[in-house]
Parts: sequence; structure tokens; C-alpha cells
Amino acid sequence: MVRLMVDAPAAGSDESAVDAFLQGGESLRHAPGPYFGSYGGRWMPESLIAALDELEDTFEKAKADPEFTAQIAELNKNYSGRPSLLTEAKRFAEHAGGVRIFLKREDLNHTGSHKINNVLGQALLAKRMGKTRVIAETGAGQHGVASATAAALMGLECVVYMGAEDCRRQSLNVARMELLGATVIPVTNGSQTLKDAINEALRDWVANVDNTHYLLGTAAGAHPFPAMVRYFHEVIGEEARAQILEQAGRLPDAVCACIGGGSNAIGIFHGFLDDPSVKIYGFEAGGEGVETGRHAATITLGKPGVLHGARSYLMQDDDGQTIESHSISAGLDYPGVGPEHSYLADIGRVSYEPITDSEAMDAFRLLCRTEGIIPAIESAHALAGAMKVGQRIAAECAADEAAGKSTVKASEKIVIVNLSGRGDKDVATAAEWFDLLEKDSPEHEIAKEGEQL
Amino acid sequence: MSTVQEPGAARTASKSAAAIDCAKAQGRAALIGYLPAGYPSVEDTIAAGIALAENGADLIEIGIPYSDPVMDGLVIQAATTEALNKGFHVRQVFDVVRGITSKTDAAVLVMTYWNPVVRMGVEEFSRQLADAGGAGLITPDLIPDEASEWMAASDKYGLDRVFLVAPSSSPERMKRTVDASRGFVYAVSIMGVTGARTSVSSAARDVVAAARAAGAERVCVGLGVSNADQVREIAAYADGVIVGTALVVAIGDGGVDAVASLTKDLSTGLTREEA
Repeated sequence: MVRLMVDAPAAGSDESAVDAFLQGGESLRHAPGPYFGSYGGRWMPESLIAALDELEDTFEKAKADPEFTAQIAELNKNYSGRPSLLTEAKRFAEHAGGVRIFLKREDLNHTGSHKINNVLGQALLAKRMGKTRVIAETGAGQHGVASATAAALMGLECVVYMGAEDCRRQSLNVARMELLGATVIPVTNGSQTLKDAINEALRDWVANVDNTHYLLGTAAGAHPFPAMVRYFHEVIGEEARAQILEQAGRLPDAVCACIGGGSNAIGIFHGFLDDPSVKIYGFEAGGEGVETGRHAATITLGKPGVLHGARSYLMQDDDGQTIESHSISAGLDYPGVGPEHSYLADIGRVSYEPITDSEAMDAFRLLCRTEGIIPAIESAHALAGAMKVGQRIAAECAADEAAGKSTVKASEKIVIVNLSGRGDKDVATAAEWFDLLEKDSPEHEIAKEGEQL
Repeated sequence: MSTVQEPGAARTASKSAAAIDCAKAQGRAALIGYLPAGYPSVEDTIAAGIALAENGADLIEIGIPYSDPVMDGLVIQAATTEALNKGFHVRQVFDVVRGITSKTDAAVLVMTYWNPVVRMGVEEFSRQLADAGGAGLITPDLIPDEASEWMAASDKYGLDRVFLVAPSSSPERMKRTVDASRGFVYAVSIMGVTGARTSVSSAARDVVAAARAAGAERVCVGLGVSNADQVREIAAYADGVIVGTALVVAIGDGGVDAVASLTKDLSTGLTREEA
């Protein structure tokens, strides 16, 4: 009842938005914020509003400044190694209904994931604002490592907040950040997870906002973060669209990505939002199964609420307390989601579905063995989803052919998967999952305690 | 008397404003004491709230324990986490408010992060708070820009809306926030989170001056205030002084009696010394 009341005004406008989109009248690209339908906004302490205003102003001016866009392009090319490849995965595709599968290789970027796109952009903005210090939150350490990297490159002090439990499990990533010159602060309050690391980073920001930029790692949070983080990741979708046109001669039938906060997904989706023939899928972490309660399928099962500065879907109890999320993938283990995804879900432009830990791990192993690519477990959720999408497309093709409606074969269909990161960081988790460690070996003992090898 | 009225809205008597004006008539600033609901128990919060009122507090601020309290320091985080672990439910805050307002004349405000209100429904939350005799809400992570639902509900139920202003607030935002507030404006004394500090930032005086320049009739100062000397310093220029963390430490260490004696001590700082 509460949800109906809260959502009722939005539903009407969202319907008209999707209608406009379907009629080709209104672009979904470059949505500026602060609102995406009824989502987004600034649910933040007043103390931080001036900093958000300063960031928004700096960002808007930078976007219009050819010097800034040239700096980004130069860093993307000569530091990150962009454009990332678009690789056809022919052997993997045999398990996805026989459609053609193309992988957008964000795993090949410097630091091993899409995260570098955003941190370089934000670190440049921090410099423009005259800030000398950046802070970041991290779950498994990916965004922390990327932030530490950008800070080292640009001569900024870097402090990373990380749940104490995550620090213990990911001690190698802690060491990596320290090697890069960052200070890692274990967060011991609350549930000691990613959301508490964000809380602690926000507390730091309130106290040090004069010289500090909060380098948020995903397309969530208060305006301008969702639109700004998307902007820095739009390069993924732009490249993928141009590459598929060049390599396959046409647009894909579907685009798939994994969703935690949703930054890699919004980056690749953006390139295809205005292409009505392209179906778009976001795959959330279904954990041990959405029916078990141990998952991170925020859009699938959450309800709209406000957390960390934005109104969006949220995993919460009847009192509005945030529920702890669960996923084998630390990068998807977040009880919220970026507000633009909530909007795209409501208007029906993007379909969001859960993928369980075990489905993701099956896809993880399959990609290793069919393509010689070890994906991040986050990205394995997108791979597992793409297998389902491919199989569905194949079934539709077969049905259409049987009914005499069409002669298009599954092998002519194209699905792009955003391979958002590489899986080196996940070898310990995977070795334990697949029982690859020798019994009684020191590694086995360590892995049993959930620690990084 | 309220500071702001929406056009066409019924005129609302602000309980917070009345309490502050009553202190002012006595030649002193108002004392506002914070306690988290359910710490260490709902009964203790009610008893401590009554003790606050009986020992010199003019307004009482009851916090709703929340899973993600980004504006709170370690002491309040620990207290609210304990309350949640013991099974505190949001609806119990109305029992606390009713328990205090039925026994004292103090104005009782609820301090809450916004999502629990969203979850219950802004309208329903407001109705229950008004039923319980509550004065209104202090909203640390709700700015007027996002508050249209709350503006309507607070008008309907005659509740005060206490927004925060900060050292970083621009003159435009200061004006907007002051205009949207009713009862008083909460001036954040420092760029930071809740917690006792050895000295009160000089920024507090500037924030109060800026809020007054923007038209605020009543400005109360909070964050980092923990002893009578600090109360005295702030009482010299603000309409009210808000104490939180020190009271939370008191109830945790010494129970209701400790809250009573700390409140008595804090209230000695309220009287304005003639210059």
C-alpha cells in the first residue's frame, strides 16, 4: 500500500516516457539528472550540498571544455589502453543457443576492469576543483585499487574505506592499494560491508570537504554522481556500438551486463538506449536464490527508498532499515542500485533478472574453458544471463520457423556481453567453489576461512 | 507562532517555537537534549526523556535508530546499533514520544533519517507522530529541495519541520532552508558528524548569524556540544543549544540518574550573562 502510494504519481509519467521512446520521439540518452523519472535526487545532509553543487558545476564546465575531453581521450588511449576489444566468443556461444556472442573486453583495461574509466575522469575533476585528497569506498577492492591508481597518477592523497571483513578476505587487494600509496581504513561499524564503507566515506567527506573529493565508484549516490559516473563510462557503449557495426555490419539483438550499483551496465547500455531493436538486459546477483533472502537482487525484489543520497530501488525491511545483501561476487554485493536503472526498469526499456551464485560460477568456468578468458565473477553473471538470453532467442527462432513466420536462424542473432572485469582477483574464490585445492594444503585451510590466497 | 506558512495552509502553533520562546521570556536560551529511542530500552528512553524535561531541558529530540546513520559519530552509532540489535521497531518511537509528552510539557521532536519515514509513508508517519503528541521532525538527510511530501504532511498535521543549515550553506540555500523550516533552524556547528568535541567551532557563530540574516527567528546550535561551558558559549548568541552524544554516554554509563544530573549541569550554562 505504501509502495503504491509512493509510486502512483511516477507510474503515469513513466508510461508516457516509454511511449515516447517507443514512438521514437524522446531520447533516453544523456539523461542529465538530478531525476530519472521519480528516482535520483539529493537525499543528503545539507553540509554536503555545497560540495555537490561545486562538483556539478565543475563537471558541466569540464564536459564543455575541449581541453578536458582531450585529456580524457588521451588517458583512455595511452594509459587505460582503450578502445577495449570486442571479441567474438564462438565456442562459448555454442552454449548460448548458438547465437553469436561478442564480449566487450573491459577486462583488458589497465587495472583489469571498467572502473578505471570513472576514476580517471573524477580524479581530473578533483584536480580542477583544487582538491588534494580523494576518498573512496570499496567492497572487494576493485574500485579502491582503481582509485589508488588514479590518485598515484595524478599526485593526489588517497584514502580508501573498506569493511573490516572485506579487508581480511581481500588482504592482497589491501596490499595492492598500499603499494600504490593509498591508506586503507578498515570499517568496523555497522555490518562492516560495502554500504558501511560508503557511510564512513560520507562521514569523512563531511568533515574534510574543503580539500577532499569523494570518488564514488558506481553510478549511484546523490546528483551529480549517477549522471557523471555514467558519462565517464559511456565510452564502453560508444565503442561497442561502433565495433559491432564494423565487425558484424549491424546492431546487436541484445546487450547484457551485470548490475551491482550498475556503472559498467549503464556505460554499455547508454550506447544502445535509443536503438529500439536492441533488447537490453541487466543481471543482478541472485546470491543463493532470491527465494532464500540471501541475494543482492535489488530491482527484482527491492522497494523504492532513499539510501546514500538517491531515491532508487533498495533492499529494505518493513521499517525502512537497509537489509544486508549477499553474493559470491563482492562487486555486486550492494543493497542499492543506481537510480537510472530503477527508471529504465520501470519504463520497461531494460529487463532486470537475477542470476544465482551457482549459475554465475558455471558460466565463469565455461568461459575459462571455451575461450581462454578468466572473467570476473561479477561479469560471469552477465555471461550466465547471456546464455539464457541466447537460448530464449534460439527457441523463438525455432518456433517462428516452425510456424512459417520467419526463416531467421539463431546463428544470425547477435548478443553483446559486457565483460566488465578480469577474474584474477577471483581465483581463490573459484578454486574453493570448484574444490580445486588439495585437501589439507595450506591454501585449502586458508580458503576455508574465506581468505584471499 | 510559526515562522513560515504555506499559502492557504491553516495557521499552526509550533510547539518547538513556543518552548524556545518560553525560555527566551526567562532570559535564557533553550536546552535541547537528544536520546536515541530504544537505548538501552524503550522504557529507559521514556524515563530519561522525562528526566531531561524535569531537569532543565525545554525540548527533547528522540532519534530513530537507523541502519545507515551517515551524520552520526561512533557513540551514537554504537547506541543505535545496539537498539536495533535488541529489536527496536520504528513504530516504537511513537510510544516513546507519547510516554514523554503525557508526563511533561516539553516539546518532543523526532530526529530521523528519511528512509524509515518513506517506508511507513510520509502521511502515515506524520499522522502517528501528531497523535502521539510530537512536535515535529528534525531531518538530517532531507533538504527542502526533496521535501514536498513532508511540507504538505507537516502542514496538514501541524508539525514542525526542522531542517539543518551548515557552515557550507550558501546564502541562497540558507534562505531557502530558513523559509522551509518551522519551529527553529538547526545550525550545524561544524563540518562533521555528531560527537563530543573539546571546543565549539567558531563557525557556529557565523552560521547562526547567516541564518538570522536569512530571516530565521529561532536558531539552535548542535554538534559537538557536551558540557556547561560550551552551552554557555553558545547560549550567548543562539536561541537554543542541542546536546546529544554527552547524554547518550550518560545514559549508557549511568542510566536515567546520570541523564538527570548531566541535564541539571548543562542547564546552568543557559542563562545569558550580561555583557
